Amino acid sequence: MKRAMAREPHFIGADSGSTDPGPHYLGSGDTLFSDSAYKRDLRLMLLAGRAAKVPVIVGSACTSGSDPQLERLVGIAREIAREEKLNFRLAAIHSEQEKTYLKDKLRERRITPLANAPELNEDVIDRSAHIVGMAGIEPFVEALENGAEVIIAGRSSDTSIFSAMPVMHGINPATVWHAAKILECGAACVVQRTYPDCNFAIVRDDHFIVEPPNPDYRCDPDSVASHNLYENSTPYELVEPSGVLNTYSAKYEALSDRAVKVSGSTFEPSARYTIKLEGAELAGYQTIIIGSVRDPIILRQFDSWLSGLVKAAKDRIAAVFGREMEGKYDFNVRVFGKNATMGPLEPETAIGHEVGLLFQVTAETQALATSLMKSVGHIAVHYPVPEWTGLITSIAYPYSPAEIPRGPSYRFNMNHVVEPETPLEMFRIDYQRV
Amino acid sequence: MAKLWELTKLIRSKNSGPFELTFDVIFKDRESYIKVRDAKLINAEWFARTYHLTPEVVSIIDYDAANAIKITIPRPTISGDINDTDVYGGQQHGPLVDVEVP
Repeated sequence: MKRAMAREPHFIGADSGSTDPGPHYLGSGDTLFSDSAYKRDLRLMLLAGRAAKVPVIVGSACTSGSDPQLERLVGIAREIAREEKLNFRLAAIHSEQEKTYLKDKLRERRITPLANAPELNEDVIDRSAHIVGMAGIEPFVEALENGAEVIIAGRSSDTSIFSAMPVMHGINPATVWHAAKILECGAACVVQRTYPDCNFAIVRDDHFIVEPPNPDYRCDPDSVASHNLYENSTPYELVEPSGVLNTYSAKYEALSDRAVKVSGSTFEPSARYTIKLEGAELAGYQTIIIGSVRDPIILRQFDSWLSGLVKAAKDRIAAVFGREMEGKYDFNVRVFGKNATMGPLEPETAIGHEVGLLFQVTAETQALATSLMKSVGHIAVHYPVPEWTGLITSIAYPYSPAEIPRGPSYRFNMNHVVEPETPLEMFRIDYQRV
Repeated sequence: MAKLWELTKLIRSKNSGPFELTFDVIFKDRESYIKVRDAKLINAEWFARTYHLTPEVVSIIDYDAANAIKITIPRPTISGDINDTDVYGGQQHGPLVDVEVP
């Protein structure tokens, strides 16, 4: 970071979020990392940014960029300011969306699905715990033009965080968006990333140069070009709210053994401005049991043993809770050592000398999920095979109690874009003197 | 006969958002990349057969700039949904690793 600042950058950016760790964070408002971890990184950025008098721009606050997560990161920034005696003008960009606004847009047919999107209707919007829009550069530009020295934003496109300021200064958007895509994961585009770190780019109209400030790291043309593959369905196109970055004609040249020059991409502005939506709803509460099987007699007939066990467990639930319980819970068994990782995609299903089992019940309340699982656990642990006579204990449970309440489970429930009237209308900006 | 992993720097899988899975096969050198690319060793029919899918949902893109082949498919389960097996989608590439390259 110190080496990067010695090169006198015009701003410092950081992407603080992702959908990668799953729907829990958007649904619940929890954060992927601890406050201590956010504080450690944000302190480095705020100290460096204020010392150099350049903006610090953070997007997708605290994992999902919902309002509670934005508030959390703003609170951490305030704590750091107090501890370090820093003064700055802060802009907080809200990405959380009003349900009434989205329902209006749905009725106006201004919301359209992306690939593999689930169905979206007013009930889905109502059921959502949180819905965020993924901001483009425009709210960032607005905040910078209003004198923000620190911007903390809710959900934002990874690249908008890094594109806003250079585009505002009139640099060729094609070069800017491509540079932003390469920088959004920090040191991810180096040849061998052994630990997380920052990265640095110089962006000019017709090219950018990326060179990691960390002397342990180097970029080469392959490592930089490869980063376009990351978390993207195509390396050639990157769809942003205001247009599409196209890298078909990009050139990647080594300037030294650690710096790479990139040029030649194009940026096609879109006819319609679109904001991507992300939503999460409660799918139920889960209770799980972890166990394993080592008996070769059971393993030799594992599939039939397990299907019999599942039927016996469901029958037991019906006997205890009544037939009306059917359809009110979901029961799943994951078989580690067979197909627990790939599920339906797994081509190899031979098993070895032991298998791990993970029983999972999902129901409307935690109490119900645990009650149902208590019945499953007892039926499962004594489920017989024909070869053994007498009562057997067929599963090893490592814990007492065997059942583990896992809490609420959320589900991503939209993969859609909305067309706002203006790029700013979905993103309220609060200005605060810190 | 070489295994695919021996010709590559990296074979990985990953979410491309919560609704898609994407696979990257990044070769060590141009020669190996072009050989596998032009032999169409990784094609939609083969991939669909291996992963129990229909070929129509398999997208395969050759990426010359990084000597890489990218495969994208719909996720069988939305990332993190109640019966998902791999929230990050990072361990779905196993069947590609030991593919034999004539």
